Amino acid sequence: MSTALRIKTPEGITFSFQLAGPVVRGLAWAVDFLVIIVISQGVGFLGRIAGIISDDLAAAVATLGYFIVSIGYGVAAEWVWRGQTIGKRLVRLRVMDAQGLRLQFHQILIRNLLRFVDMLPGFYLVGGLACSFSRRAQRLGDLAANTIVVHNTRHAEPDLDQLLAGKFNSLRQHPHLEARLRQRVSAAEARLALQALVRRDELEPAARVTLFADLADHFKSVVTFPPEAVEAMPDEQYIRNVVDILFRTRGTDAKPARELSGATP
Amino acid sequence: MIIDLPRFIAAERPTWTELEKLLDRLEADPYAQMSLEEVQRFHLLYQKVSADLGRVATFAAEPELKRYLESLTARAYGEIHETRTRSAKFRPVHWFVNDFPRAFRRQAGPFAVVMVITLVAFLFGAIATAFDEEAKEAILPGQFAHLMDDPAKRVAEEESATRDRLDGAKSQFASMLMANNIRVSIFTLALGITFGIGTIINLFYNMALLGMVAVDYVLAGQTVFLLGWLLPHGIIEIPAILIAGQGGLVLGRALVGRGDRAPLSARLRAIGPDLMMLIYGVAVMLVWAGIVEAFLSQYHEPAIRYWQKIAFGVLEGVALVWFLWFKRVAEPAEEDRS
Repeated sequence: MSTALRIKTPEGITFSFQLAGPVVRGLAWAVDFLVIIVISQGVGFLGRIAGIISDDLAAAVATLGYFIVSIGYGVAAEWVWRGQTIGKRLVRLRVMDAQGLRLQFHQILIRNLLRFVDMLPGFYLVGGLACSFSRRAQRLGDLAANTIVVHNTRHAEPDLDQLLAGKFNSLRQHPHLEARLRQRVSAAEARLALQALVRRDELEPAARVTLFADLADHFKSVVTFPPEAVEAMPDEQYIRNVVDILFRTRGTDAKPARELSGATP
Repeated sequence: MIIDLPRFIAAERPTWTELEKLLDRLEADPYAQMSLEEVQRFHLLYQKVSADLGRVATFAAEPELKRYLESLTARAYGEIHETRTRSAKFRPVHWFVNDFPRAFRRQAGPFAVVMVITLVAFLFGAIATAFDEEAKEAILPGQFAHLMDDPAKRVAEEESATRDRLDGAKSQFASMLMANNIRVSIFTLALGITFGIGTIINLFYNMALLGMVAVDYVLAGQTVFLLGWLLPHGIIEIPAILIAGQGGLVLGRALVGRGDRAPLSARLRAIGPDLMMLIYGVAVMLVWAGIVEAFLSQYHEPAIRYWQKIAFGVLEGVALVWFLWFKRVAEPAEEDRS
């Protein structure tokens, strides 16, 4: 099973969704199960009020109420919250169309009705197995409805201000090389440099020196700054300066991406 | 390509914000419609954001900016490339009287298969009971234990009853019947995911049970009682289960895809609205059947004459056939005009 679904648009742009596996989906379902019980209790209370009129009516309200809540909760929540229930919101999951198109009501209805088969023989065994072996992590309901469940992971960013401690960065004196560095370094390389700084205290002194030397050599081979900018600069400080350039922009636009990133699909 | 990131963000942010606001509006209101100018603007914004994503995609150090643009592009992509109509307004009566029979007729082929399965299963149950005394005991599940007794004995008990067994519990009984029958119907439809095989087995078993019970009463000389008991609710309930089976076979056929060159996702996408309407219609039918079963079917002579119950059942049956097959339904084009 792959963990991401990549969609290529006719414009040649590719974007990807992180697929949710059976464990995290099970967690969301457990929360939703509790929510259904709570709502059913509320309906039962309404039934007791109806009992003032008739005990028969009260029992009918309770019976139908639980049935409607158990089936309708997932359908209504996913429709109103565009693919999310309370459980899915808590663990950051969302139901989406498998082709990235707009989620339709009939898709939500079908995937929820097919729970009757996915739940067999108990504890969502069929659905869990299907999800584990499916290429797109789909249970049978998702397959029939042509939907996927994606996981909007939150990447915790380290506190760069504390990490980089506001020292003068001589590399910033060369804006054109700064821009070239940003352009040439891959995401994986940038993360590696950042993680080396975050975990520096976990390393043995000798290993730390070797690691930062290797990293500095690598980044120097990517973009070469003038000798006066890097003169007598320790390897670790060089990496700090590189990370500063890669992860922090200057001036009033210092955190634009972070401000914007609240709007996830 | 080298880009000055702060300047790039400052220059492009108005475009991203405008697209985001437009998407928020479209997603908040399922019935929102855009004018031609708005559609053109929306398309332009989508292309600009796509281009921005293309530029940032090679730019390693701004993963959050990339994620943000990816999310915007993904949302806009869903709106731009969606060819299905936006969800219709909440019109439950209209769906039942127009969309449900239309979906039923459109999927007439699978319903014909369901009818054949029903006939074969009914005959199997009937013949098994007629020729093998042990068949009834072997096949009837525990929940139908009351049907194991001699039909004549049960009829005598029912007709001599002096008190109403359901007095003060009719609503509860009706609600239990509705919930149980709708659950069975959903399960029958959902079993279509087994390429229709589960649906066929489920239908066959239920219809064989019906054949078994029916012939048991007929052989005991209780045909009139049987019709009076089953027709008022069964004439709606049984077709409802069959329509659920029709939905299961529609799903199974889409999964098999024999003779259809469209990819699986397209086949499933095409049947989704019909499945929704079929199960919706089934649910409405079963609500009616539950009420009739609790408030009418369980009462026998001398409380109510059998011919009256049978006539009521026949009238329902005629109305159902007319409704599902002959009633004029508004075409989608007419609905748009209205």
